[in-house]
Amino acid sequence: MEDPMAAIRETFFQECEEQLAELESGLIAMENGSAEAETVNAVFRAVHSMKGGAGIFSLDALVRFAHVFETALDKVRSGTLAATPAVLSVFLRAADVLADLVHAARENGKVDEARTAAMVAEFDQINEAGESNASAPKPSAPTAGLFESAPSPDNETRRYWEIRFVPHLELYAKANETAILLRELRRLGEIEVGLDTSRLPELSEMDPEGAYLSWHIKLMADCDEAAIRHVFEFVEDDCELFITPPEEAKGFAPGTVITGDNGFKFEFFPPPEMNELEAETVAETAPAAPPPRESSAPVVKSQAVEAIAAKVESAAAAPVTIRVDLDRVDRMIDLVGELVINEAMLSQRVLEAGIARASGVAMALEELEHLTREIQDSVMAIRAQPVRSVFQRMPRLVREVAAQTGKQVRLLTEGEGTEVDKTVIERIADPLTHMIRNAIDHGLESTEKRIQLGKPAEGTVKLTALHRSGRIVLEVSDDGGGINRARVKQKAIENGVVAPDAQLTDDEIDNLIFLPGFSTAAKISDISGRGVGMDVVRQSVVALGGRISISSRPGQGSTFTLSLPLTLAVLDGMVVSARGHTLIIPLGAIVETLKPRATDVFPLDRDLNVLALRGGYVPMVDVAASLGYCDQFIEPEQSVALLVEGEGGMRAVLLVDAIHGQRQVVIKSLEANYRAVPGIAAATVMGDGRVALILDVDAVVRNARSEAGGRTPEPLALAEAS
Amino acid sequence: MSTTVLTVDDSRAMRDMLRHSLAAAGFRVIQAEDGLHGLEILEEEMPDVIVTDINMPRMDGFGFIEAVRKDETRKALPVLVLTTEVDVEKKNRARAAGATGWIVKPFDPVKLVDAIRRVSA
Repeated sequence: MEDPMAAIRETFFQECEEQLAELESGLIAMENGSAEAETVNAVFRAVHSMKGGAGIFSLDALVRFAHVFETALDKVRSGTLAATPAVLSVFLRAADVLADLVHAARENGKVDEARTAAMVAEFDQINEAGESNASAPKPSAPTAGLFESAPSPDNETRRYWEIRFVPHLELYAKANETAILLRELRRLGEIEVGLDTSRLPELSEMDPEGAYLSWHIKLMADCDEAAIRHVFEFVEDDCELFITPPEEAKGFAPGTVITGDNGFKFEFFPPPEMNELEAETVAETAPAAPPPRESSAPVVKSQAVEAIAAKVESAAAAPVTIRVDLDRVDRMIDLVGELVINEAMLSQRVLEAGIARASGVAMALEELEHLTREIQDSVMAIRAQPVRSVFQRMPRLVREVAAQTGKQVRLLTEGEGTEVDKTVIERIADPLTHMIRNAIDHGLESTEKRIQLGKPAEGTVKLTALHRSGRIVLEVSDDGGGINRARVKQKAIENGVVAPDAQLTDDEIDNLIFLPGFSTAAKISDISGRGVGMDVVRQSVVALGGRISISSRPGQGSTFTLSLPLTLAVLDGMVVSARGHTLIIPLGAIVETLKPRATDVFPLDRDLNVLALRGGYVPMVDVAASLGYCDQFIEPEQSVALLVEGEGGMRAVLLVDAIHGQRQVVIKSLEANYRAVPGIAAATVMGDGRVALILDVDAVVRNARSEAGGRTPEPLALAEAS
Repeated sequence: MSTTVLTVDDSRAMRDMLRHSLAAAGFRVIQAEDGLHGLEILEEEMPDVIVTDINMPRMDGFGFIEAVRKDETRKALPVLVLTTEVDVEKKNRARAAGATGWIVKPFDPVKLVDAIRRVSA
């Protein structure tokens, strides 16, 4: 049977031949200027790969020379050494020497050692030259012995090690596993494991991927510290590791922390309830110990340093990105918008031409439609950004508001990586700021009251972002007292917003706080603004095509839920017709569609009707008439009615001739292409090539209500809060 | 069931060496020639441990590890990188990308198997 190692060795030499050829052609290309960016990498890889293989077969001369060669190539690759003709000449000759070394190794022949040594000397020269040119030369510190054991302390009697092991989040992120580490530790000797759960938060607050647990381990083993460290080798930078040698130990392994006279006592370890401040104190006492070995990580690092290191590390792990002028992206979005319209037009033409759906043309067209949709999504994704940039501003806000109100507040965030269109990101900061201010100022009770109620003194505000059915949902929740429904309702009655005898569900009462000028704060504070309440938040949210609602549980807190479209460049719209004109009504504004009955319609005036709707009255707007298409009002019973909600929760019923369906439309600015038209928000191009106008629901509703003026009692706007 | 190891290395000799050492230790071995190839294989089969080289054409080890970690189902999949003793910077970059541990080249089979055992359940 053939020796497998011999076969592998043969493969290695075959590969070397390929790599030598690659090396030479790459260097020649670099010399005559035809090299591509990838060439220098390929050249480096060739030498690196030969070195790696040579190492397996202990071809030391080859390894040594390849290493010197590789070092110089790496400098060229990283830009600290310029690939001048002189340098390339050295490289080409070095390639010849390397080839000779490979052949000599293959045939167990002799090599011209003098020539190799001379070549190494030349490398030293260019390496030095590169060093002096480089702005920041980085000598590659050899860390020999990653697998080697440190010299054992002289005393090898039966030992009782104490180990405290505090994993960081990063440890788990790299797929390391505590149970496996403990299992490995057990291979060294008997272990007693104590689990520290003191940092475990309430279930509701727990991040399922968080690192909360730590371990106290007693290890009975005749081993040295290096053996224990070997177990933790892969994770030593991702945890805090305190190793105290047994009491019997005469000498201390290097790197041991001595914290005082009785430093060997178990009690002297940071106790489980140790907070971060104490951890740092322990770290500061560390210099009393001898400096740690070069090859092993420092024994104790302050958590602050760890945290920063973790940040730097995660930044380094960020995917490769390029910067692109936003105009270019916008131009592309415009073009894709055109493509979508064109595709829709083409589909319509094909349909009109009577081509069968099963025909090749129709099927190809369907494929095109899918592709177009995909391109559109991809282009939109370019503009998408994580909400992190906005979330990052919030901790500061929370600190400020907490200081102003004298409350203790903890901010938790979740879903920072949730992506949304850039235009939306820019506009969620304000509503979020408002919601968080509100949550701290009005939501959370004072510290004294919280203590009185038996709640933690520190209030929690949680900010969450997630995607749900094609929209981004932002939630701001607090663990405060919830909405004081009795007071809200009383205030609503005082303001004449609801009838004194109105029967309102809890949800309906909660949502009253979005009405204009509604504020139940005992006194106006600087923080939540003067009369600028949640109605302002609602307005800006609705202006973005969003919705906002609140749910509240007495004594347990409130949650504001804000949902927004993922982009402002396309819109989900309802296609309707009004006297032969095609219009788009933003889907986000539509609460429900209904068929009005004549008995529910009450004329207030010659040109204003109201519709009785579940105990309230909502003004009716004939869309065609309000846009000036005609001055004859449509018979309500002949029409389709759409209950819409404008800013501030104001509602109206829009009357149109018919609904033709829903579709996604590309928004074309009317102002940029023509001029602003009252009652129209923007335009779009339909599949048949005709321009359709997008209704400005807010303007229409406002208009209707101002016409209604004081003649109608304020209808119960939020009776059907959904 | 024996532990399955996916090795990712562009060098045939290194792949053969890995296969030989790992098979001798009772592991099942699947091989990929570079990061992209490795990802293709992962689409079809989930190994217990991955051992990957850093310097590879098409997709290097860093890109490969990042891509492995991007998938929720592969977050807990141990990935060991093959590094040389001087590649401290590369080792750290690999760790930042999500590598679980490292094997120093030129490795001997005992250390290789030890490293795999130390990360696999």
